[in-house]
Amino acid sequence: MNLKIKKLFALAVILMSVYMIIMVVAELPPYGEPNNPVHNNVSERYINDALHDTGVPNMVTAIVFDYRAYDTMFEAIVLFAATLAVVITLKRWKKAGDNK
Amino acid sequence: MKDFILKHIAAIILPFICIYGFYVILHGHISPGGSFAGGIIVGLSFIAFITIYGSRKGHAQMPDKVLVFMESYGTLWYGIMGMIGIFKGVPFLANKLAGVNLGAPWALSSGGLISLIGIGVGIRVTSTIITLFFTMMEDES
Repeated sequence: MNLKIKKLFALAVILMSVYMIIMVVAELPPYGEPNNPVHNNVSERYINDALHDTGVPNMVTAIVFDYRAYDTMFEAIVLFAATLAVVITLKRWKKAGDNK
Repeated sequence: MKDFILKHIAAIILPFICIYGFYVILHGHISPGGSFAGGIIVGLSFIAFITIYGSRKGHAQMPDKVLVFMESYGTLWYGIMGMIGIFKGVPFLANKLAGVNLGAPWALSSGGLISLIGIGVGIRVTSTIITLFFTMMEDES
């Protein structure tokens, strides 16, 4: 009996959250419209000035290595730390007296 | 000579895969692609070499010393390139502000620091993927 009530309560909570998510998704602007709020002056600046600012035709590279250079640098350092952690934990180090 | 066909086909194909990876790294700023993707391609050509020819020959091609060198100095290279901005008196990692010659767009030498940084990142991604592979497939002997 107690379990049934618990399950019913869980079902009600799930249905309410699904309803909430569907309502939020229904409010979103249509995909790809030019007047959407995502297409603000930040992306406009990148599209118009990337070639002039960096001299690089590939806009992704211009953003990754020039506008967001700090982000990429610490991404590289995170990769370095991850490799270091994997090597420390998984590598089998040879012991000094091991003649194998 | 168990895998005769596999070894000989790999000997023909793998150099081209490796060269293609270097092409993607070097042309990362003027074509679709980039240093991360190119580094993965170069690393995968080495991984195919190791799986086909065995771990011992792979270690002979890529000793641990070389891998450690590539890994650490590839990361440091990014910081060294960033210091150029500091020496010129502008913020860290500045490219156009630091007065670097950007060159003509679509040329291989364009982009100033971007292409130099890309080469370093490609080298370190290569060594990362090979190091992870070596660490995880160490055999018993």
